[in-house]
Amino acid sequence: MQFMLLFSRQGKLRLQKWYVPLSDKEKKKITRELVQTVLARKPKMCSFLEWRDLKIVYKRYASLYFCCAIEDQDNELITLEIIHRYVELLDKYFGSVCELDIIFNFEKAYFILDEFLLGGEAQETSKKNVLKAIEQADLLQESEDEYLSVKIFK
Amino acid sequence: MPAPIRLRELIRTIRTARTQAEEREMIQKECAAIRSSFREEDNTYRCRNVAKLLYMHMLGYPAHFGQLECLKLIASQKFTDKRIGYLGAMLLLDERQDVHLLMTNCIKNDLNHSTQYVQGLALCTLGCMGSSEMCRDLAGEVEKLLKTSNSYLRKKAALCAVHVIRKVPELMEMFLPATKNLLSEKNHGVLHTSVVLLTEMCERSPDMLSHFRKLVPQLVRILKNLIMSGYSPEHDVSGISDPFLQVRILRLLRILGRSDDDSSEAMNDILAQVATNTETSKNVGNAILYETVLTIMDIKSESGLRVLAINILGRFLLNNDKNIRYVALTSLLKTVQTDHNAVQRHRSTIVDCLKDLDVSIKRRAMELSFALVNGNNIRGMMKELLYFLDSCDPEFKADCASGVFLAAEKYAPSKRWHIDTIMRVLTTAGSYVRDDSVPNLIQLITNSVEMHAYTVQRLYKALLDDISQQPLVQVSSWCIGEYGDLLVSGQCEEEEPIQDEVLDVLEGLLVSNLSTPVTRGYALTAIMKLSTRFSSVNRIKKVVSIYGSSIDVELQQRAVEYNALFKKYDHMRPALLERMPIMEKTATNGPTEIVQTNGETEPSVLDTKHPPPVTQPANQVRTLKQFWYLHSVLCCCSDPVSPWTFQLQLLSPSSNVVPALNQGTVTQVIRVLNPQKQQLRMRIKLTYTHKGSPVQDLAEVNNFPPQSWQ
Repeated sequence: MQFMLLFSRQGKLRLQKWYVPLSDKEKKKITRELVQTVLARKPKMCSFLEWRDLKIVYKRYASLYFCCAIEDQDNELITLEIIHRYVELLDKYFGSVCELDIIFNFEKAYFILDEFLLGGEAQETSKKNVLKAIEQADLLQESEDEYLSVKIFK
Repeated sequence: MPAPIRLRELIRTIRTARTQAEEREMIQKECAAIRSSFREEDNTYRCRNVAKLLYMHMLGYPAHFGQLECLKLIASQKFTDKRIGYLGAMLLLDERQDVHLLMTNCIKNDLNHSTQYVQGLALCTLGCMGSSEMCRDLAGEVEKLLKTSNSYLRKKAALCAVHVIRKVPELMEMFLPATKNLLSEKNHGVLHTSVVLLTEMCERSPDMLSHFRKLVPQLVRILKNLIMSGYSPEHDVSGISDPFLQVRILRLLRILGRSDDDSSEAMNDILAQVATNTETSKNVGNAILYETVLTIMDIKSESGLRVLAINILGRFLLNNDKNIRYVALTSLLKTVQTDHNAVQRHRSTIVDCLKDLDVSIKRRAMELSFALVNGNNIRGMMKELLYFLDSCDPEFKADCASGVFLAAEKYAPSKRWHIDTIMRVLTTAGSYVRDDSVPNLIQLITNSVEMHAYTVQRLYKALLDDISQQPLVQVSSWCIGEYGDLLVSGQCEEEEPIQDEVLDVLEGLLVSNLSTPVTRGYALTAIMKLSTRFSSVNRIKKVVSIYGSSIDVELQQRAVEYNALFKKYDHMRPALLERMPIMEKTATNGPTEIVQTNGETEPSVLDTKHPPPVTQPANQVRTLKQFWYLHSVLCCCSDPVSPWTFQLQLLSPSSNVVPALNQGTVTQVIRVLNPQKQQLRMRIKLTYTHKGSPVQDLAEVNNFPPQSWQ
C-alpha cells in the first residue's frame, strides 16, 4: 500500500497515512485530486479505479470514505478486507464508531492503524491481538499520566 | 502563563468557525501561542501543543515549526511524549530534510528499550518513513529484533526489514540468517509478516528465489492447515480462517512456482483444493479465489488446473458484485493471449459487460472484446462493438474506433463489409478517430478497386448529412476528388448527383466554419482533381483563382500552384491528376513520411519558381503524383503553418521495391531550398507491416555535413 486517506463527503481530510516519501506539496496535490475523483463516483460504480499508475480501492462507511492506493501486484479484493478490518477495529475501540470519534480522537485512530499496518502491510491478522496491544499501550500511557498527575488530552 | 488549551478543546473551537477566514484566524492565534510555548522550552505541555499542531496540519495549515519539537518528544522518557512525538515525525518529517537524521539515535535507543511498546513505536516509524541513511545505520538493530522470541516485536521487525530492503537492497543478505525458522512460528502475525518478507526477498533476487524454493512444501502445509482446520475465532472472517495469510502465501507460491516445474507440481494439489473448496458467497472468499487464479495462471500448472482457473473467472463475470466482475475482466485480459480458447468460451458474457454502467468495467470489456475478435466471430463481434461505439462515452470513442479499424483490417470477411464498417465508424464517431486513420483509410479505399463507385457514393451521401466530423469529411473529399467521375456517371445504385451539386458540396466545405484548414486543403485539391473528371472546368478555374488570395497560406499556396497548372502546365494536367495507383502494402513501403524538418515546416510541394525539369515526362508524372499523395498524407499531420524556413522538393525514389536480404537499396533525392542557411536536421518515420503486424520506425539524421547548409 502506498497511502491511505480518510475523508468526509465534503472532502475534508480526517486521516492521512503515507508509506512513500513525498513532499508536503505533492501530498496535498495528490489528496486534492484523488478526493475530487472519488467523490465524483456514482454509488453504483465499483470500488476500484485506475488513477495515474496506481490502483485505488475505496469504500464508503457512513459519512467517511476510506481510500487506499495499492500497487499493480496487490490484490484489490483483499484490500477491501483490510479496509473493513480497520473499520472493525475502530468500531470495537470506540464502541460504534462515527466520524466525530475520528475527528476528536484522530491520534488514537493513527495509533490503531499503526498497530494494524506497518509500512503498508498488515502486521497482525488477529483483531483481538491488535486491540489488546492498543489497550496495553493506553494503560501504559494512563498509568504514567496518573503518576505524573498531568492530564494532557482529556 | 496559563496552561495551553487542551486538544479536544481546540478541535471543538475550530469547528465552530463559520467561515474559512474565521478558522484561519483561530488557527493563527493558536499557532502563535504554541510558538511561544515552544520557545519557552516547556516540557510539560509540549506533547499537547504538538498534538494540536498535528490537528491543524491535517486541516492544511503549515506546521514545520513543530518538527524539532517532535524530536524532543521522541527523546523524552515519557511514553505519552514518545507516542505523539513519533506520530508527529511520521506526519511532519520526511527524508528530504536533514532534520530527520536527528531521529536516528533516538530510534536506536528506543529499539533497545525495556518496554516493548516503545520498541514497537520505533520499529513502526522506521518501517514507515526511514530514509536510506537511517536504514543503513539501524539495520543491525532490526536484524537483532527479527530473531527475538517476542512475537509482538518479531512481526514488526519483519516488516521493518522489508522497508530496509526496499530502501537499501544491498542489505538484503544480512537478513538471510534470521529467516531460517520464520515459518515455524505459530503466531499468525509473525507468519504473515514473514511471508511478506520472504516475498520481497524473492522478488528482488534470483539467488534468494532459488534458495527459498525449498520452502514450498512448508508453505503448502501451512495453507492446508488453514483450510482444513476448524473454526478459529481469532482469525475467522466469514467462515474463512485468516484470509490475509492465505492470500499472502498464495502470492509467495506464485513467485516460487513461476518458471519452475518441480515447485509448480508440488503446489498443484493445494491450488486445486483452494479453488474448489473456498466459499464464494462473500468478498473474502472471492479474494482468495482471485489470488489463486492469478497463481495458477502464472506458474507452470497443468492444463486442467488452468481451465479450472478460467472457469472461476467466468463465474466471477456473472457475479452480482461489480467489484468481482471488474477483477475478472482484468485477469482475463492478462490471460487472453496465453489461454485464448478458454477465454473465448466466455465471450458472450464479456460482450454483455459492454453494457455495464461502470466505466472501468466497460473499458476492460472493450479491451477484452477486441482481444477476442477473430476470423470466425468478426461479424457478430463487430455488430456489438459498433453498437457500443454508438452509445459509449466520448472517452472511449477514440480507442474503440482504432480497435474497430484494426480488427476490420485483420479479419474483414469482404471488402464491402470492410468499407461499410469504416463508414459506420466515420459517421458515428467521426470526430474521435485518430489522425493517422485518414491516410490508412485512403489507402484501403484506393486498393479496393472494385468498390470505388460504391464507396464514393456512400461517402458523398454521408457528407450531405453532416460536414462536422473532420476525418469523415477529409476522406470523403479525397474520394470525391478521385472518383467523382464514378459518382456522377450512374454506376451507383441510387440516383446520381449532377456535377454542379458535387461542386457545391465541395465549395461548401471550403467556406464552412466547421472545416479545419486541413480539411479545406483536401477540399481544394479534390475540386482541382475534378477538373479532369468533370466538364465544368471553368467553374473550377474560378474557384481556384479565388483562393489564390486566401489568407490561409496553405490554401493560397495550393491555389496558386493549381492556377499555374491551368495556365502554364495545362498539357501536364491530365497526367498529373490521373487516378492514384494502387499502394502496395509490402514489407518495404507504406508512406515514407517526412514528419518534421528543422524549423518544423510542412514541406512545400512545388516551388513555383523552380518547376521540375521538363526532360522526362514519365518521371515527372510519378514525381508529382507522389507529391500530391504526400501532400494529402502530410495534411494529416495537422500542425498549422509556421514560419517557412525551408522548401523541399522530393524526387521519385529510384525504385519502389527494396530487394530483400540486403541485396540492394532504394535512393530518393530531396532537394532543399534553404535561404536562411539554417542547420539541416531530418526526422524520418517509416510505417510498414511485417508479417502482418504494423511496425513503426523513427530515425533522425543530425550529422549533415556543414557544407550542405552553410
